Amino acid sequence: MTQQLLTGWGMTAATRAEVCRPASADELSAALASGRAAGRGVIPRGLGRAYGDAAQNAGGTVIDLTGLNRVHSFDEGDPATGRAATITVDAGISLDALMRMLVPLGYFVPVTPGTRYVTVGGAIGSDIHGKGHHLEGSFCQHVDSMTLVLASGQSRLVSADDPDTAEAFWATAGGMGLTGIVLSATVRLRRIASAFLRVDTERADNLDDAMQRMSERDGEYRYSAAWIDSLSTGSVMGRAVLTRGDFAAVDELPVKLRKAPLAYGPSPKLAAPPWVPEGLLRTSTVRAFNEVWFRKAPRQHTGYESIPYFFHPLDGVLEWNRIYGRSGFIQYQFAVPLGAEQTVRDALGQLAAARCPSFLTVLKRFGPGNPGPLSFPIPGWTLTVDVPAALPGLGPLLDGLDERVVDAGGRVYLSKDSRLRPDALAAMYPRLGEWRAARAALDPDGVLHSDLSRRLGLT
Amino acid sequence: MNDALGGVQTALVLGGTSELALATLAALDLRPGAKVVLAGRDEDAMKQIRVPTSGGGSAEVTTLKWDAAHPASGPQVVAAASAALGDLDLVLVAAGILGDQARAEVDVEHCADILTVNLVGVAAAMLPAAERLRHQGHGTIIVFSSVAGLRGRRANYVYGASKAGLDALAEGVQSSLAGSGAHLLVVRPGFVRTKMTSHMESAPFATTPDVVGAAVADAVRKGREAIHVPRLLGPVFAGFRLLPRPVFRRLPG
Repeated sequence: MTQQLLTGWGMTAATRAEVCRPASADELSAALASGRAAGRGVIPRGLGRAYGDAAQNAGGTVIDLTGLNRVHSFDEGDPATGRAATITVDAGISLDALMRMLVPLGYFVPVTPGTRYVTVGGAIGSDIHGKGHHLEGSFCQHVDSMTLVLASGQSRLVSADDPDTAEAFWATAGGMGLTGIVLSATVRLRRIASAFLRVDTERADNLDDAMQRMSERDGEYRYSAAWIDSLSTGSVMGRAVLTRGDFAAVDELPVKLRKAPLAYGPSPKLAAPPWVPEGLLRTSTVRAFNEVWFRKAPRQHTGYESIPYFFHPLDGVLEWNRIYGRSGFIQYQFAVPLGAEQTVRDALGQLAAARCPSFLTVLKRFGPGNPGPLSFPIPGWTLTVDVPAALPGLGPLLDGLDERVVDAGGRVYLSKDSRLRPDALAAMYPRLGEWRAARAALDPDGVLHSDLSRRLGLT
Repeated sequence: MNDALGGVQTALVLGGTSELALATLAALDLRPGAKVVLAGRDEDAMKQIRVPTSGGGSAEVTTLKWDAAHPASGPQVVAAASAALGDLDLVLVAAGILGDQARAEVDVEHCADILTVNLVGVAAAMLPAAERLRHQGHGTIIVFSSVAGLRGRRANYVYGASKAGLDALAEGVQSSLAGSGAHLLVVRPGFVRTKMTSHMESAPFATTPDVVGAAVADAVRKGREAIHVPRLLGPVFAGFRLLPRPVFRRLPG
């Protein structure tokens, strides 16, 4: 156990906690018991990729799950009956480790976010989504069952298919680690013939064009997302590069890839320097980057891309979060229902007007949501924007956007949040009461707490 | 909890009618629904105070009777505020009296009053507050010191001595909090036009509570450890401290 200052990936609002890294289920129980006794609550933490304060617990205990990273069993399923392959793993294993193991065998994780450096436990606690959400939903929809260690120390196997435990399962899906600590989970896998994706790249002239293209043809692609030039204004506001595709069959691959179609070798190429000048990311540099990024994209093109290139481009730069400098950054991600396109348009317009230097602005069309009361995705649009925390006037700007999002029936993603106004939470998550009741049943003494839960009055 | 943009949800003001503290709260981003405890002597005045939040609302304000002239009440006021607020995101240490230098030189009781209120009484609340913040693993203490504490001047050395003591205390607490997740900011204003100084002639570099508040809010967001307001007083007083005594004595005031 050590005292550590922790932040999320955005490197804002550091707080101190007692951090334990158990290496077994028994050590986990002991850490939970001592955290409970210390009286300032307990929260699990994985690889710290939540942008805000979801895996921090000021003055309390943080249980780092990355020491629990074993694979328990693997079932290759039965393609004849349609029974999916599954893998049962400790919650602390990363999607990176799973991919290294599974891709060469012809399997892929059901959902991957923009980074593979997340744990299975984190994927459940955030109910992560990826480029495939419009067809395949979010991570927890691919979890058969999980073992939840409750704050009392008891463990419970919960499953969406078991009427007795479905409520606990869905409260944990996107439950931000506040219902119990996921010890292990059985996850359904996707069969892949190759480790390469056939990707159609196309440019959209503005936001309306991008949305129209996505609305019309997203259904033809398993994976789809659009990068947006956040600084473009006027008639080209929201100009975008759409990249959509699916895993390729072996016989369609270019000849040189066919020899080893399941070859998978992700490796970070660069690390961000340990010290970055303040203000490296300013409007002018991002404008130049965006211009190049947009121009270099072909108007229309079909090509073959590796898994890291298509899904995890930023993982090529270790600790890229440091490029925002000492004051850190905020990732603002919201979702609004179909029909609320104007909210997305206004948000982009306001961010461009504030000269917000976001070089990672992503638009995605969500499919149906799931029964998780705190699960983020709702059918509609989600926009993700990176903003340096030092941007003048950022607080009021985002507070204003929150209001628009609420008016449209939308919400922000708690795993990204570090500044939401607490009074907006209930409007964004109308089933909050239901979640609180389920959490109260699982953690009646209110042991599980995080900076996020304190800040937003979540529990 | 403090948020990523310096938003504050709970604040304790020691010296609840302090214009500098209230201007600082107004300049900070108190989140809608924020709770504030004002602790001070004049409950009637404190009850009239409205503390604005972002979005045009008002914080939920409660008042606590507290007199820094009674140091024994320091731990109690912090405990009572914690009971009302939960975690303390922000503690503003702003209690103090200017006193009357001429009187203090001949009236030992008055001299002791100034030192007791400004140093002993404030320390008795500030140290338990620092302990709270260390325990909770986050939070910021803002200590209103003064440039008067940087060198003993003929015109106000009793007040200056109390602020010199406070300044040293604050710096020590700041060091003790390093790595704890909690922070302490020392603010050294020059002459500020407030009700405390309304009877005095304005001094060079005079400023207003709003200017001080804005500078303090900015320093909190940037995680600064000490500021002078106006900023120029930093180098000016650094220079004063190097002046040989015979020269320093000849300066006006």
